[in-house]
Amino acid sequence: MDVIADNLDSYLGGIAVTLWLSVLSFLLAVAIGVVVATFRVSPLRLARTLGAVYVEVFFSLPLLVWALLFFFGLPKVGIAYPPFTSAVIVLGTFTGALVGEALRSGINTVPSGQGEAARAVGLRFWQVLGLVVLPQALRTMIGPLGSILLALVRNSAVAAIAMSVDDLMWRSDQLATSTAQPVAVLTGTFVAYLILTVPGTWLVNALARRYRFTR
Amino acid sequence: MTVASFLDPPGPRGRRRQQIATGVTAVVVVAVVVVALRRLADRGQLDGDRWEVFAQRSVWTFYLRGFARTLQAGAVGGALSLALGLGLAFGRLARGRPVRWAATAWIEAFRAVPLVLLMFFAFLGLPRLGLDPGPFWSVVIGLTGYNSAVFAEIFRAGILALPAGQTEAADAIGLRYWQSMRFVVVPQAARAMVPAIASQLVVLLKDTSLGALVSYEELLRRAQITGEFARSPLQALAVAALFFAVVIFALNHLARRLERHRPTPLAAAEIPPETLLTTGAVRAA
Repeated sequence: MDVIADNLDSYLGGIAVTLWLSVLSFLLAVAIGVVVATFRVSPLRLARTLGAVYVEVFFSLPLLVWALLFFFGLPKVGIAYPPFTSAVIVLGTFTGALVGEALRSGINTVPSGQGEAARAVGLRFWQVLGLVVLPQALRTMIGPLGSILLALVRNSAVAAIAMSVDDLMWRSDQLATSTAQPVAVLTGTFVAYLILTVPGTWLVNALARRYRFTR
Repeated sequence: MTVASFLDPPGPRGRRRQQIATGVTAVVVVAVVVVALRRLADRGQLDGDRWEVFAQRSVWTFYLRGFARTLQAGAVGGALSLALGLGLAFGRLARGRPVRWAATAWIEAFRAVPLVLLMFFAFLGLPRLGLDPGPFWSVVIGLTGYNSAVFAEIFRAGILALPAGQTEAADAIGLRYWQSMRFVVVPQAARAMVPAIASQLVVLLKDTSLGALVSYEELLRRAQITGEFARSPLQALAVAALFFAVVIFALNHLARRLERHRPTPLAAAEIPPETLLTTGAVRAA
């Protein structure tokens, strides 16, 4: 296990990149998700269709295919981003579809009587949404959004490997080859990912329990 | 529900505004498509000779055989994951502590790490331990490691979601643990689980494309090979992407139909939507 001790810097650096990549991608994903969810409940049929198409495309396209298409395809039409930026865009757009669906189904868990009652007492559209529907919906979304974030941490490995971003996974792959000790190196990576994600899982579960209510 | 219920039906002015908004959106969409196509055309990516490879029948058979290998690895991985997942679910629900802890540790650990890492471990690490799985089994091992944990959680949630009265009744008429599982719990829980299992199987099939990273020659890897060979990587990849998108879209659609046409709606035994989301099978209607 000396390999891990000798390359601890590499692991820690990789963990930092993985975290940073995941956080930035998640912010982008939430922004996209909000737009997608809004489109999907919009009164405009065209907007609903566009939202649905977006979600279906990213539900149907494997992440690696999208990553390769973006990273190696776009330069062919003269648009090239550095690897890290590409990885953020790829992960953010992909995860945005998941977030959009989570938000939409979260809003749907609020009984329609709530919205109708709010209308009946004279609240305007944004008041209904902001004061009545979203506060209730957000509580049910903690669990799903948390697991989407954790899935994003795992998915970041795919994007990083595809685009040679020096995250935990990419560095481990390099290290496994250069040290010729793949078993030790990758076991270390396994543990590193557990350290990254398991406390997150506990936190998400605790939060979801804390804010859960029974209707 | 399509439109938010807290929206009032629009009056004449509202309808007019909606028509304008629709028009603007349509113009924007068309503009984006036109710009994209023009860029592709300007860079010669739409030229006939870039797509020439696909005039050959052999390229299509190469792709189709690649997809057959995607399905192969997906089917073997899916079957093993389901079997192992069932075992793990019973393990986690078992009364004996060592079994319960072992199953819980497996589930929590394998659910938390990237699938690619498991594939890489099988592909690079296992040969050092005197067991060379080769690309196909590396893919299957990776898929099984991760998905067995996910399926175990789906099964467990399905079993736990069944009203306690069912097992109590089974106990009361003198059934043993395995009998009550076999005749009472599993048959009812299975119905509620079908949609979640179907969605997760589609996710599993999508993840099979990660095999390209461990040189398993499935559809994506073959698209890369074709692209290099024909010097049109974008086109080769785009065709594969379209292929994946169409097939997986159809499968997703089927999985969702299962959700709607559930044979016996057992309202109380429905798996709560959070569970579906935690397991990655996001598909709440």
